[in-house]
Amino acid sequence: MEELLTISNLRKSFGGLEVLKDISLHVKKGHVVAIIGPSGSGKSTLLRCATTLETVDAGEIRYGGDVLVRTDSHGKPVYADKAAMKKIRSKFGLVFQNFNLFPHFSVLRNITEAQMIAGTEKRQAQEKARELLAKMGLADKEKAYPCQLSGGQQQRVSIARALALNPQVLFFDEPTSALDPELTGEILKVIRALAAEHMTMVIVTHEMAFARDVADYIVFMDGGVIAEEGTPDEVIHHPKNDRTKAFLSRYERS
Amino acid sequence: MPIPALLPAAVNMQAIFSQLGEGFVMTAVIFILTLVLSMPLGLLVAFGRMSKFRPLSWLTRFFISVMRGTPLMLQLMVVYFAPGFLIVSFGWDVTLPDNYRFIATIIGFVINYAAYFAEIYRGGIEAMPVGQYEAAQVLGFSKSQTFLRIILPQVIKTILPSVTNEIITLVKDTSLAFSISVVEMFTAAKMLATAQSSVVPFFVAGVFYYVANYAVAFVMERIEKALDYYK
Repeated sequence: MEELLTISNLRKSFGGLEVLKDISLHVKKGHVVAIIGPSGSGKSTLLRCATTLETVDAGEIRYGGDVLVRTDSHGKPVYADKAAMKKIRSKFGLVFQNFNLFPHFSVLRNITEAQMIAGTEKRQAQEKARELLAKMGLADKEKAYPCQLSGGQQQRVSIARALALNPQVLFFDEPTSALDPELTGEILKVIRALAAEHMTMVIVTHEMAFARDVADYIVFMDGGVIAEEGTPDEVIHHPKNDRTKAFLSRYERS
Repeated sequence: MPIPALLPAAVNMQAIFSQLGEGFVMTAVIFILTLVLSMPLGLLVAFGRMSKFRPLSWLTRFFISVMRGTPLMLQLMVVYFAPGFLIVSFGWDVTLPDNYRFIATIIGFVINYAAYFAEIYRGGIEAMPVGQYEAAQVLGFSKSQTFLRIILPQVIKTILPSVTNEIITLVKDTSLAFSISVVEMFTAAKMLATAQSSVVPFFVAGVFYYVANYAVAFVMERIEKALDYYK
């Protein structure tokens, strides 16, 4: 199957602290990859490196045939030029933990603005936005402002905002962590529906049951390395690594 | 001992209103030119102050500290008198334009207010959550699109109360132009008070300033309300 995202030997340090130690990850078209692990294990940093919000120290990231960053013969990372970067950025979308909607724009404009910047006509952009809002169960909210919505509604708008640009890969950075427990369900439902449509997704999450149900592949990170990876059955039900076992048992107890 | 009359027979209300009116026109001109020029200049100064290019950042920081650390009256005098001294001491073959007094007033006010506005802008820009920049970046906004469409509109809303304060202060600060003998409203009031041996011109000038600031506060409140549609 076609590989949409390939990460090889990624390294990243903050100050003297090495947060990502030689991470490699392959995301195939139509797959849902869940990244789990304790806080500070590097999950979010990995996502931020893949989405250009952080620069890497070494390693390679490719989106299909487009190289976002590679390492030269001196071991220095070399990023794509501006034009290539623009193309690569159009290939993925990111849903943030705390939504990051634009508070001064209406719900509709939050979804149309980036489309129009990419060259879509206003009417077409609005049509697409309305279609997505209907899909998110927010058809009646297009005129509302983000501050008038619940956290779950805001996160659904931000998912619609990302989907409007037709990304090949959609990243989620702990999409339910900023929500009240009773609101996480509505977001997980939306992500499940996207998975059923074979949307390629990479999801950093603490929702273990959700990861087990929705993911094709689970990556368990700990201390900046991938400690274990495989199908949900392998990683969650039959973990081999002691750290995975310890992590999962902590979850079961809590 | 007779108490000096508040309204001696010599008080000429017509003269007071016409001359204060003329002074008020000058006050309004200084006010408007200063605002129109210092608000955009302040944005440039703020960019300089936030620049990653160290020499530029240090230079603007020094400029701001001098502008804030010395009296505006002194700055007006320096701008007004310094070129003349320089011309004489270096023997330059330059003549200052006839209206240099007015130009110096505007320069003095504009650079002083630009420094204050720059700090207000910087505060507003730096208070913006980094998530707004990140969201714009992954959605394909360029740097300038991010600033103009996402950051600036929100910054304007947050800094509005501080800007209102600054504008109200400016209305009153225009009176400092008297220090280089520009006949704005305060200078006019002083001359009238001396000529008519009365404090009435000062009271009338005070009412003019108050009404002008009332109008400023009213307009700014309207703008704040208009931006109240989101939190």
